[in-house]
Amino acid sequence: MIYLQLFLTYLKIGFFGFGGGYAMLSLIQNEIVVKHSWITATQLQDIVAVSQMTPGPIAINSATYVGYSVTGDVWGSIIATFAVSLPPLTLMMMIAHFYMKLYSNQFVKGIVSWLKPMTVGLIGSAALMFANGQTFIDWKSFVIFGVCAVATWFRFNTIYLIILSAIAGIFLYL
Amino acid sequence: MLLDLFWTFFKIGAFTFGSGYAMIPMIEREIIDRKGWFDRDDFRNQFALAQSSPGPIALNTAVFVGYKMNGYKGALAAVLGTIIPCFTIILLIVVFLSGYKGNPYVEAAFKGVRPAVVALIAVPFIRWMKDLKWFFMIISVAVALVIWLTNLSPIFFILAGIIIGVVSVSLNIKKR
Repeated sequence: MIYLQLFLTYLKIGFFGFGGGYAMLSLIQNEIVVKHSWITATQLQDIVAVSQMTPGPIAINSATYVGYSVTGDVWGSIIATFAVSLPPLTLMMMIAHFYMKLYSNQFVKGIVSWLKPMTVGLIGSAALMFANGQTFIDWKSFVIFGVCAVATWFRFNTIYLIILSAIAGIFLYL
Repeated sequence: MLLDLFWTFFKIGAFTFGSGYAMIPMIEREIIDRKGWFDRDDFRNQFALAQSSPGPIALNTAVFVGYKMNGYKGALAAVLGTIIPCFTIILLIVVFLSGYKGNPYVEAAFKGVRPAVVALIAVPFIRWMKDLKWFFMIISVAVALVIWLTNLSPIFFILAGIIIGVVSVSLNIKKR
């Protein structure tokens, strides 16, 4: 039952998705690419690129995209998007309700301080997993990577960066 | 009120690109300056919690603002407002792109984009890692390498972070 699997998988991603979009990518990759093979790592990477140019969080965008590609209909998209939003919705409402107590709670502070190195590590693993043979096909890809890394370091606009590297790709690889 | 919440977050959802942090200026302008739903300190404190809670930061922000304004109905209205624009756009793109599978222009463009995506993720990793204390820095690099080499689920490390966090605080309390 593909719809149920899709629902449960994205529910899990929503529930353990600490640390923002890039950190969640590691989790999405593990569930969608490694465990279920619904899409390839390269496809996920392309979704990230599209997601950077379109509004909305990567987790939601990937749910919509994967839901459609796996089932071939809109219901897959709706179910996956709903599932990934459900845990944040319920958890965050509880947090909003108790937030005065939580904000100064030392256990919350302890958890947050130990989650930080974990989520930073997840971001690193996402970068490593995308840095594969499909990405670095020749010396030109390394040049694109180097230029983009320097540009990102100096906080060049992400949308322009994707558009410019797409144009570079058309010139270099067509 | 519900419609107002929905519409405000619809606009925020439709115009914030990239990460959740990119939407802070817009959200503050709409929620604090224009609507006066929050005062700035209150908003920033709750935003800090929204960051540490699981799920996309944009979504978590929608939940706590909506919840404060109109309980769970408000949270739901704000979340729908945030999701609907990006859901629609991605759905259009996936339907449109599947028609272009194998198109040489699209293929070449993605070949150029893929190294850029790696740079977009690697640079924030380096930046955030640099800001950690050296002990946490080693942990973060080790976590990245272990997941990459073994395909171990990231959930394992999230749970480890939560457990170690609780244990370390408990030990501190005992000591005092």
